[in-house]
Amino acid sequence: MAKSQVTLEGSEAGFATTRLDALLNWARKYSLFQYPFVTACCGMEFMSVAGPRFDLSRFGAEAPRFSPRQADLLWVVGTISQRQAPALRRIYEQMMEPKYVLAFGTCASCGGFYDNYTTVPGIDKVIPCDVYVPGCPPRPEGALDGLLLLQDKIQRGDRKPGIVKPREDPLKDLVTLRKKEATP
Amino acid sequence: MSQLALDRLKATFGDAILETHSDFGDETAVVRPESWLAICRFLRQDPALQFDMMSDLCGVDYPDRVPRMEVVAHLYSLSRRHRIRVKTRIGDAELGTCELDSVTSVWRTADWLERETYDMSGVLFRGHPDLRRILMYPEFVGHPLRKDYPAQKAQPLLEYRTEEEAGLTLEKQAPFGPDEGMSFGRRTFTRSEEN
Ligand code: SF4
Repeated sequence: MAKSQVTLEGSEAGFATTRLDALLNWARKYSLFQYPFVTACCGMEFMSVAGPRFDLSRFGAEAPRFSPRQADLLWVVGTISQRQAPALRRIYEQMMEPKYVLAFGTCASCGGFYDNYTTVPGIDKVIPCDVYVPGCPPRPEGALDGLLLLQDKIQRGDRKPGIVKPREDPLKDLVTLRKKEATP
Repeated sequence: MSQLALDRLKATFGDAILETHSDFGDETAVVRPESWLAICRFLRQDPALQFDMMSDLCGVDYPDRVPRMEVVAHLYSLSRRHRIRVKTRIGDAELGTCELDSVTSVWRTADWLERETYDMSGVLFRGHPDLRRILMYPEFVGHPLRKDYPAQKAQPLLEYRTEEEAGLTLEKQAPFGPDEGMSFGRRTFTRSEEN
């Protein structure tokens, strides 16, 4: 019999041993039911993430549940106004444990450029947040990075908020451009 | 563009029309607040004008002018295909009184637009059937588009989580600062820093 490709600890002896919580976390991270709380322009990018090109289902997170009671992962996509904050917190409270929150875009993460009376400066002011994805809007790759980061955190049982880093630092180019301008 | 509407207004209302201009083809008339309702009704009903659609209504605050608040209405005629902008100026320097006749009886659209103007700029419309806030929540105090409303002042409906509760700094700049390994972040530049 050909040797199995999957090697778990101890599988050479015909047994697989793992800790129950590690197994549970492994199951959890690949079966995230999502609740998309989509309020603004970032929603367009979210649709593209969920659509066939970027295809969220590759990561086992494609099933949307429009009842928070059936969802594990709350995607907060877009600007949250002060008026919406109670609704958002209520949705969060209705979700079953274990529950995860992903802030999609700069508005959800820190209020973005809405530095005024209308907008909650980041959803972490009203609900806990696991992963922040910066960008206005973030590219779908960024959102997928966020999802992978979340899966990683779930596997490790780590609830410390994480931030998706940009693949390139946008300021680097900006600085060199300015420098070029200064020295003709 | 036709001067027609402005000429008709001036012929009919005379003194109540304070200024007019038609720069860039935008006919504009500034009118006395006392005649606001009568003029609006005339604009809608006059057979030659027929401004049957109110596109927009808003308030503009000029803090160092008396009267301080300007109410601007943009009208369009679907049948005649022409536009006019009508303005009026109300309110004292402190905006203690800031009232204007409601034109809900002329255009139904004015109902929500006047509620918005009331909500944002605090213009009280006399005779409005249901003058409540429309964009902000009822608990909100003040009128955010007045120039004396502090630009950074928020009135959260929910109390924000405390930093202990969250276990992280909830400073507004976080989490996109240099601490997170990013060279960019939100921060306020002062003029001198920029240069
Ligand atoms: S981050 Fe940008 S794209 Fe996303 S909701 Fe805010 S303004 Fe819109």
